[in-house]
Amino acid sequence: MRILVCISHVPDTTSKITFNSDHTEFNQSGVQFIINPYDEIALSRAVELVEGTDGTVTVINVGDASTEPTIRKALAVGATDAVRIDAAPRDAWFVAKQIAHYATEQSYDLILTGRESIDYNGSQVAALVGELLHIPSVSIVKKFDIQDREITIEREIEGGKEVLSTQLPVILGTAEGVTEPKIPNMRGIMSARTKPLQVLPAVDVPTLSTISKYESPAPRGQVAMVDDVEQLVNLLHTKAKVL
Amino acid sequence: MAILVYVENIEGKFKKSAFEVVSYAKAIANEQSTSVTALSIGNVADDELNKLAGFGASKIVKVDQEQLKQFINKAYASVIAAAANSEQANIIVLSNSFSGKGLAPRVAAKLEAGLADGAIELPTFSGSDLQVKKTAFSNKAFATEIITADKKVIAVNPNSHEPVRSEETAAIETLSPSVDAGDLNIVIKDIVRATDKVSLPEAEIVVSAGRGMKGPENWAIIEELAAALGAATACSKPVSDAGWRPHSEHVGQTGIVVSPNLYIAIGISGAIQHLAGVSSSKTIVVINKDPEAPFFKVADYGMVGDALEIVPKLTAAVQAHKAN
Ligand SMILES: Cc1cc2nc3c(=O)[nH]c(=O)nc-3n(C[C@H](O)[C@H](O)[C@H](O)COP(=O)(O)OP(=O)(O)OC[C@H]3O[C@@H](n4cnc5c(N)ncnc54)[C@H](O)[C@@H]3O)c2cc1C
Ligand SMILES: Cc1cc2nc3c(=O)[nH]c(=O)nc-3n(C[C@H](O)[C@H](O)[C@H](O)COP(=O)(O)OP(=O)(O)OC[C@H]3O[C@@H](n4cnc5c(N)ncnc54)[C@H](O)[C@@H]3O)c2cc1C
Repeated sequence: MRILVCISHVPDTTSKITFNSDHTEFNQSGVQFIINPYDEIALSRAVELVEGTDGTVTVINVGDASTEPTIRKALAVGATDAVRIDAAPRDAWFVAKQIAHYATEQSYDLILTGRESIDYNGSQVAALVGELLHIPSVSIVKKFDIQDREITIEREIEGGKEVLSTQLPVILGTAEGVTEPKIPNMRGIMSARTKPLQVLPAVDVPTLSTISKYESPAPRGQVAMVDDVEQLVNLLHTKAKVL
Repeated sequence: MAILVYVENIEGKFKKSAFEVVSYAKAIANEQSTSVTALSIGNVADDELNKLAGFGASKIVKVDQEQLKQFINKAYASVIAAAANSEQANIIVLSNSFSGKGLAPRVAAKLEAGLADGAIELPTFSGSDLQVKKTAFSNKAFATEIITADKKVIAVNPNSHEPVRSEETAAIETLSPSVDAGDLNIVIKDIVRATDKVSLPEAEIVVSAGRGMKGPENWAIIEELAAALGAATACSKPVSDAGWRPHSEHVGQTGIVVSPNLYIAIGISGAIQHLAGVSSSKTIVVINKDPEAPFFKVADYGMVGDALEIVPKLTAAVQAHKAN
């Protein structure tokens, strides 16, 4: 089985998010970058699936050269090889077009993405690529299993879950529950340095949307400390008006 | 050039999010001096469909055929894109629900439209560009997205636009699109839905608990408080990782993002990753035995003490309040 895992390079979850002075750009200074946590889950599941078989796991990132340490980390987790599409992504449509273009030239049985990228929170890439490749896509996948070419998928729905089945190829946006993230071991880290990382030029894509400005959330007012539950209920009713 | 709004039903009924998106579309239509066409796919009775007119739909298109009874994102996206074309709609609105997240990008790709995912406010217009605010960096920031493409799809976050009544008289039209077999090559085998529970992303009140609860055996008091409030239950990541609660309850940067009117955090320390998923809640109450817990810094109301003692008393106080 040939699996393609899409990874995005995002600020560490503990990062303070700040912007430049005119609020048009994310301030990257002092920020540690990691593999998007959901993509780490997708990658770990992909590595699990090919273990002990002749299957391969290719990771793809659309990004400039600064994402390479993140790609090497994915190779250390156990990917076979990597591709970087050399462009600073502009929006999810741009990213999806690059991935779809690359995937049409290859042919993958399974394409995995995370349910969403924790930077721009689009939750778009899986369904966009699915549409561009004319294959089924399932966003927010909690679990999946493959038997021959048939795949059974559990997706999250409001208040429950839905179980779907289809034939490969398919693209999934994976969430927690699919598997536990794998921690790279020493052998993985050593071998990652020499695994192939191919850099390819981006294809031209018209821009459909851009971000014009960023804002930080307004700080909340001072907390009111309350001593007893009746007083709390009273405040929630009369002041906050939520009860 | 009507505004097209797709309304999702659950087992033939519209949830609040359906009225939210119709009302959102109506606000745009007013600004653009046009009208709202609502599109419903699946088996929904006419009296349920008519409710959409009460929130501003002046035309209701229903697609109710056997092959499209159940939600399949590919097939539904084809129907929505076709309806957008026949209505000559350049703006398509839908809910950024779990299903919406799998659907909106497909609709946008079919129409080569720009997609604003997770909109939290009404858009503004300058010339043919549309600007709309959305959350970014997992609730740690907001971004204003400009859609420059001619066609625009807006996926509106649940609970971010209060439905406003606007009575219209709407005719119901039935559309019977031909469905491409290639759009149906995925089968739904089972749907499991806990109907007695309030769904977390849409809940107006959320009662959430963390490691301070000590173990799963202590969750009965959390569920009782939630039941008294008509709230959904949620938890921190280590709680679902330990299997004390299902993953579907995990909120935060790597879990579900919620923005209820009231979020009650019990025995949760307030780690940055947790706060990212809950900080847009309108009112936050924190109950923690440690007065130095970081969560108090972002709370509106706080109580210091043992959750196992406070929570049952709070439940009783809520019940007493509701009985009045
Ligand atoms: C310096 C810089 C500036 C950027 N500026 C912007 C900007 O202004 N506006 C904007 O929208 N985006 C910007 N991006 C791109 C952003 O990081 C995302 O790659 C892209 O926007 C998709 O985001 P999303 O939230 O829609 O992804 P989602 O649809 O939420 O992502 C889902 C999944 O798709 C895959 N994926 C996402 N992005 C990539 C990628 N780049 N390569 C490979 N797989 C990926 C991952 O598996 C991810 O889990 C910028 C990136 C960089 C590095
Ligand atoms: C990549 C990454 C992603 C993450 N994503 C998330 C996420 O999405 N969501 C999330 O929640 N976490 C996330 N985390 C974990 C996060 O960093 C914290 O570890 C976690 O939120 C802590 O959970 P907690 O508050 O339940 O437990 P703790 O931090 O252990 O806090 C327990 C709290 O309970 C209080 N307490 C103890 N006993 C009592 C009592 N009897 N009565 C009242 N209070 C009591 C304590 O004072 C303490 O404040 C992530 C971490 C990483 C590295």
